[in-house]
Amino acid sequence: MSGILKKIMTSLAALALVLSVGVASAAEKTKVGFIYVGPIGDHGWSYEHDQGRLAIEKAFGDNVETTYVENVSEGPDAERVIQQLARAGTDIIFTTSFGYMNPTLKVAKRYPDVKFEHATGFKQAPNVATYSARFYEGRHVIGLIAGSMTKTNTIGYIASFPIPEVVRGINAAYLAAKSVNPDVKMKVIWVSTWFDPGKEADAAKALIDQGADILMQHTDSPAAMKIAEDQGIYAFGQASNMHTFGPNAQLTAIIDNWGPYYVSRVKAVMDGTWSSGDTWDGIGAGMVGISDFSDKIPADVRKLAGDARDALAAGKLHAFTGPINKQDGSAWLVAGETANDGDLAGMNFYVEGVEGSLPQ
Amino acid sequence: MDLTILILQGVIVAATPLLFAAIGELVVERAGVLNLGVEGMMIIGAVAGFSVTLETGSHMMGILAAMLGGMVFACLFGFLTQVLMSNQVATGLSLTIFGLGIAALWGQAYSGMTTEPLAKLDIPGLTSIPIIGPLLLSHDILVYMSIGLTIGVGWFLSKTRPGLILRAVGENHDAAHAIGYNVVGVRMLAIMFGGACAGLGGAYLSMVQTPLWVENMTAGRGWIALAIVVFAAWKPNRALLGAYLFGGVTVLQLHAQGFGVKIDAQYLSMLPYLVTIGVLVVISRDKTKANLNAPACLAKSFYASS
Amino acid sequence: MLRLEPRKEVSQPMLYATPVMAVALTIAAGMIMFLAMGEDPVRAISIIFFDPLFDSFSITEMVVKATPLILIAIGLSFGFRAGVWNIGAEGQFTIGAVTGGSVALIFWEVEGFWVLPLMSTAGILGGMAWAAIPAFLRTRFNANEILVSLMLTYVAILVLSVMTHGILRDPDGYNFPESRLFHDSATLPILIEGTRAHVGFIVALLVVATAWVLLARHIIGFQIKVMGQAPHAARFGGFLESRVVWLCLMISGGLAGLAGLFEAAGPVGQLVPSLPVGYGFTAIIVAFLGRLNPIGILFSGFVMALTYIGGESAQIEMNLPSAITGVFQGMLLFFLLGIDVLAKYRIRWARQYASMEKG
Repeated sequence: MSGILKKIMTSLAALALVLSVGVASAAEKTKVGFIYVGPIGDHGWSYEHDQGRLAIEKAFGDNVETTYVENVSEGPDAERVIQQLARAGTDIIFTTSFGYMNPTLKVAKRYPDVKFEHATGFKQAPNVATYSARFYEGRHVIGLIAGSMTKTNTIGYIASFPIPEVVRGINAAYLAAKSVNPDVKMKVIWVSTWFDPGKEADAAKALIDQGADILMQHTDSPAAMKIAEDQGIYAFGQASNMHTFGPNAQLTAIIDNWGPYYVSRVKAVMDGTWSSGDTWDGIGAGMVGISDFSDKIPADVRKLAGDARDALAAGKLHAFTGPINKQDGSAWLVAGETANDGDLAGMNFYVEGVEGSLPQ
Repeated sequence: MDLTILILQGVIVAATPLLFAAIGELVVERAGVLNLGVEGMMIIGAVAGFSVTLETGSHMMGILAAMLGGMVFACLFGFLTQVLMSNQVATGLSLTIFGLGIAALWGQAYSGMTTEPLAKLDIPGLTSIPIIGPLLLSHDILVYMSIGLTIGVGWFLSKTRPGLILRAVGENHDAAHAIGYNVVGVRMLAIMFGGACAGLGGAYLSMVQTPLWVENMTAGRGWIALAIVVFAAWKPNRALLGAYLFGGVTVLQLHAQGFGVKIDAQYLSMLPYLVTIGVLVVISRDKTKANLNAPACLAKSFYASS
Repeated sequence: MLRLEPRKEVSQPMLYATPVMAVALTIAAGMIMFLAMGEDPVRAISIIFFDPLFDSFSITEMVVKATPLILIAIGLSFGFRAGVWNIGAEGQFTIGAVTGGSVALIFWEVEGFWVLPLMSTAGILGGMAWAAIPAFLRTRFNANEILVSLMLTYVAILVLSVMTHGILRDPDGYNFPESRLFHDSATLPILIEGTRAHVGFIVALLVVATAWVLLARHIIGFQIKVMGQAPHAARFGGFLESRVVWLCLMISGGLAGLAGLFEAAGPVGQLVPSLPVGYGFTAIIVAFLGRLNPIGILFSGFVMALTYIGGESAQIEMNLPSAITGVFQGMLLFFLLGIDVLAKYRIRWARQYASMEKG
């Protein structure tokens, strides 16, 4: 009996040795952790963050070790997972959903030597930086295309929840579409979920039935794109290039391109130059990508959209430039005035012309 | 095309996966077994149907694979609950967890791919008849299968001898056993039927409604199907009503938003659930029809004592 | 051919031996799975199953995770014994968090020892109120509580969403859907400094003890058991079915509501739309895995918690997909549930027919 016990003990000790050696050799590498709200196979939000993680691996090769946890809800589990990542000796942790904001700050307080990067939040700390992308710039570009190309003058918009990010997208797309087509109407359907392919598909069908001939979405699955493809209308990819789901339907896609930012932040950790801050980059810095325009877009529209993209990238154009009234008719921006970041960050109103109401 | 007809077509699409899963579960419960793993079997059907369609290029093979996949998982449940007499509620819930996990692993290789959606029926001359054509004669084969299945199960349960045996097993397994019926055998068959139906429901989602594969894509539809069985008071025709009611309100509230109804969307999203409760209250109000019609042996383990 | 023969009494040794056997089988099956996936099986199993047990952080996190599961499962076990099927504990959990959390937000920045008790009361009442709907509809209109409680879960989650997008939204939070962070006196005291284990666990232990006493000694426990085993006898015995329905739904609703409030006031510290993460459904498994016995539920709550935390570690340490956690959990549960048969039955050769009545 004791012989067996001894054998088990020695093999356990050997195992421990193997593990500790593994840890020791990894110590030279910079360890990078990620926490995702969805599965990496969602072809949307989490998928693109994971593409950013792979970009880090590609850029630094053996000098870096990345790890991730997917499908972590924004509720009580987030803090534990972030802390487990910190405990695992991670040097920098990217927490990639808004709901991770307070858990990130709590863990950051306990691990002052670990760097944290929180996506889309607004609270920083000495070791917590925030970053987000100006997706509304992309919405401006697709709004121009949609406004120019719609034959029924009806754009369908599948929305998730009325948070500023989503409201900003609706407003930006509507204003751009309206600027090229005064008769355009935007039908918005809120599906009250980020991810339910069936319901997103139902909403897409409902919008098409009601006359929409171009779809936009702010939900995570490619279902609406696939419906657009099957019904022979147009749509725009959301978060990632959805070309495979709609080879004919996709006019272009707004791509969350986190790679360059992630690589630069990991580089900063390696160089010892990392510092906290708030980054809100757009097309110019490459954080918001616009995928190749489809041949289906007429040449003049392509030029219009391309010019807008370049002007936005160069900082010569702002997607929210006055005069803009709020939905109730009250003035928001006077002629020539551009929206400040504070207004944009907390946007909870529709601009004039958008139908429907937002919860207050 | 007339918008009303388009909306009704949308309702049929939204209701069909629910109807498949509900009809299957209804037969299972009529045999006295409660399988809460519908969600797990549906997602397996979804990934099996999609991946096999993609690999073989044949929708028929995909449909068969979905049925088979649901059935295999149902057999797992059947083995545990019927042979090992494990607790049905907990085993069913575990099946859901297990199914979601297996489906995610299985589907990893297929994410980001697409297939052609299942073809719609097109009878020259008939499909183009106004109203009747688009409403009744322009769907994919699975829609007709789901309706046929509902009618067939109704006929089977009320008019055939095997149906009578199945009900007897669900109402009083000891008596059924004493008469000489194979309780476990009947229940295993019912469970497998339920699995095949749930698989079809999942396949409808991944092959027609969306049609694509993404992880967790059933998004709780298995639970709704379970609720519809209760709503139906274990009667097939009422399951049809329940599935179409739920699917109908879901689609209608989306359309209402498109029309610019001035109600907060999140309240509208509550409607399918609240309407279902409301209708259930109205139709089950009559207390003289006591017992809620539930099969008497539902969720009870059976042991053949002799 | 093998045949199962019922034992006259549940085998006590088997009662303790079966979980161990199930774990052993899960490890064996898990090893095969990890080998097939090309992962190191020993390392994977030890990360998922054993490391968390010897790590103080993981143990306290298991306490955090098990607390709501135990609270809800205890409540549900009353109903399940009596044949009252509350499938909607998730909804009662959510509403409890909303009502209790609202109290915290109304008295935001108000100090006082009474804040937490008031919040807890509000949480319990919220959960009860939500459970009262299926209770009322069942007893008054004969509407099945499975459907009503399940449907109300989805409504409850939307109610929380409406509230956090609307009136309970943090006024300084850039209109993001979350409430203010609760004030210190509205946050549950921590048991061990530097961890998230909170006094809710002590409450859960007290609830376990109370439930045990109630079921073993009190007339309520007797009524519930009779109602479940022989509803007709129960009616004959003079205690009203509707009373038991109400009682069971109030107990389970109240405890689920309390668990919801504890999540909001404990590990999360505010109201967020994604507060409900499925505890109400997982607790159903916990209840049956614990054989509807309060002590059993205590253990099964920890087993479930262990698999979640181990699964997360496996993702971090080995980069395994999260689906693995589900598959592993499913296997463990199947083995636990399946092997339970040995406690109630013994295996015999087919020729030795038993002539006993059904046990």
